[in-house]
Amino acid sequence: MTAQLRPALAACPACVAAPHDSADQAPAEARLALSLPGIHCQACISAVERTLNAHPGIHSARVNLTLKRALIEAEPDLRAADLIPLLEGIGYEAHELDLAALAATRNDKAGRDLLMRLAVAFFASMNVMLLSISVWSGASDATRDMFHWISAAITFPAVIFSAQPFFANAWSALRVKRLNMDVPIVLALVLALMTSLWETFLSGEHAYFDAALTLTFFLLAGRYLDYRTRAVARSAAEELAALEVPRAIRLLDGDEYEVPVADLAIGDLILVRPGGRMPVDGEIVGGQSELDRSLLTGETLPVFAAPGLAVSAGEVNLTGPLTVRATAVGADTSLHRMADLVAIAESGRSRYTSLADSAAKLYAPGVHILSALAFAGWYLYTFDIRMALNIAAAVLIITCPCALGLAVPAVTTAASGRLFKKGMLIKHATALERLAEVDTVVFDKTGTLTAGTPEVTNLGDHARAELEIALALAEGSSHPLSVALSRAARDAGIRPASVQEIAEVPGYGTEGTFRGARVRLGRAAWVGAEQGSRTAAWLDTGTGEAKAFLFTDALRPGAAEAVAALQEAGKDVLLMSGDSTGAVEDLARRLGIAKWVAEALPADKSARVRMLADQGKKVLMVGDGLNDTAALAAAHVSISPASALDAARVASDIVLLGQDLGPIAEACGVAQKATRRIRENFRIATVYNVIAVPLAIAGLATPLIAALAMSTSSITVSLNALRLR
Amino acid sequence: MSVLAFLIPISLILGLVGLAAFVYTVRSNQYDDPEGDARRILSDEWDDNPKP
Repeated sequence: MTAQLRPALAACPACVAAPHDSADQAPAEARLALSLPGIHCQACISAVERTLNAHPGIHSARVNLTLKRALIEAEPDLRAADLIPLLEGIGYEAHELDLAALAATRNDKAGRDLLMRLAVAFFASMNVMLLSISVWSGASDATRDMFHWISAAITFPAVIFSAQPFFANAWSALRVKRLNMDVPIVLALVLALMTSLWETFLSGEHAYFDAALTLTFFLLAGRYLDYRTRAVARSAAEELAALEVPRAIRLLDGDEYEVPVADLAIGDLILVRPGGRMPVDGEIVGGQSELDRSLLTGETLPVFAAPGLAVSAGEVNLTGPLTVRATAVGADTSLHRMADLVAIAESGRSRYTSLADSAAKLYAPGVHILSALAFAGWYLYTFDIRMALNIAAAVLIITCPCALGLAVPAVTTAASGRLFKKGMLIKHATALERLAEVDTVVFDKTGTLTAGTPEVTNLGDHARAELEIALALAEGSSHPLSVALSRAARDAGIRPASVQEIAEVPGYGTEGTFRGARVRLGRAAWVGAEQGSRTAAWLDTGTGEAKAFLFTDALRPGAAEAVAALQEAGKDVLLMSGDSTGAVEDLARRLGIAKWVAEALPADKSARVRMLADQGKKVLMVGDGLNDTAALAAAHVSISPASALDAARVASDIVLLGQDLGPIAEACGVAQKATRRIRENFRIATVYNVIAVPLAIAGLATPLIAALAMSTSSITVSLNALRLR
Repeated sequence: MSVLAFLIPISLILGLVGLAAFVYTVRSNQYDDPEGDARRILSDEWDDNPKP
């Protein structure tokens, strides 16, 4: 999964550039896609479709609930930005998706291919089974031979078509002189078909045509489940990438041109509007503003930005427009270099062998030796090559890993389906197994436990008159602190005072005149106060004495519950942040986390995670920023919220799609249950082999017994997996 | 026994018809949104011509 994501990240500039050209040709009908993470029921589908279809300019809109997405066909000039507030008005969160980035999953060829093969195998096995049942229930002589011939006529083309994925896999493994699960499967199929054909020629009693087909069918079912799970994860991961439509404004001779980020070059002048993200590393050459660096460093206090300050890609411009001269673009930006480092750190993770792989490693040589021994033994005993070959084939068929091939996919499908409904996306194939082993959980603060939106803490300390002035000033700015202040004041029933001539001074704050006096709301130094260690906005009501509005980061929904549930489950919870000591201590106390580290540099974080790993702990890292990426990659397993930077999301095994952190604790529980089920399934498969293999070696396994044993074991493991749902 | 000469081809043809129907449903995108389709049944709004 990650292997596939990785080139996507590197190739991103190219794939962003490509759709841009085709979009210029202005088709008669535009297709838009919206991601609707909160949609979950029939009423939601109707409401969204009704609202969208009623909007002028939309030809048709259809919601896909499985993908939580709405596809819209509309007039070319309609923009997704117009529709998002519409949907938010009826209570659904919506985000624009870059359709070009989604194109890969739109027609899912591999999945259809597997489904067709599955259908053919099912059709053929059902028909051959009918004929086989007649044989088992007593058809004899010419009738039996005819049934066998008809079965052969159905089986050969069906197996040749349906079992192609196994043939291809086995061949690629054998070419590099290795064994995988598919080698015994293919050997069993080939041997079963050959001996059955031979028996039919000699009008023998037993033919394994039905076994070959049901084997193909069950294994394809496992393969298809596995594929589906990964396809859902991949399409959701692509969707996350598609959420960001990276454009930048290049200044050329004073004119503004909107260009794809990939086209930027070193030395370009780039305009970054308030609210925009830095597309490149560079130096500010014009404008004044404040920068939010929380995604990169974890600090929540905005940094004052003025010409001369170096900026890195990913920082968010808050208040005023900035002109930036690019010093590093594309793959050279610190953001990308970090992502590359992560890729290297990540290769360590692929060393983890999943339960299925370790089972297969024991299994494949085991059954080959067993059936070779059976062949040799019977040949030496009877000198009858036909009988010895028949028994060897029976051993291979009976031991064939239907249960094993279904055990893991069935469980992971059920588990990741359940987690997907809770808003968690499992990206990595072995993530669930690793999550089950976790005993230590490390949280990042900013953007992970906290939502990244500030909250006023001391509204009650201020007189009503001051609040009225503050509200009036705050409403003149879209700075996050102002927004938070005005929301809190409005909620408290405050009405804005009639402040005149309100103007925003980018990088400092807002000022105006109230009853002849100059009033200001903004940075400490600007208002004439001492800068403290906490996030604050200062208000000067014209008296010369500044009053502080203190802010704290709002907790992410579910954060407190998740921490409490994890601690209750006996896991060690740590808080690690790049933010200042005061803020971190405050949050740790609020959440009841005993161990915390503040002002941690990115290197500190990953070093600490490694140290914990060296102590034998299995660490789950939850983080969202660039400063967390190294730690995310170093941890045993990692989770990041969907709001995280692309680099962090790529580095993590599991992505939280919603705002709520609550599912984390549950995910650990589900993962433990899933691993338990996988082990149970292996045990079931072993028990059945222990019973069936001696029968086969003793030459007692008739095709009827093989069919019964194979089906029961497969159905048992599937039902066992379904207990997870 | 001669009845088998009819029954076997009939069963094969019926199976093939089922297979063909399945192939048709796959090709016409009917498995793209299994969850949505399961919920849409509950809707009172008619959806006669669903777009892919």
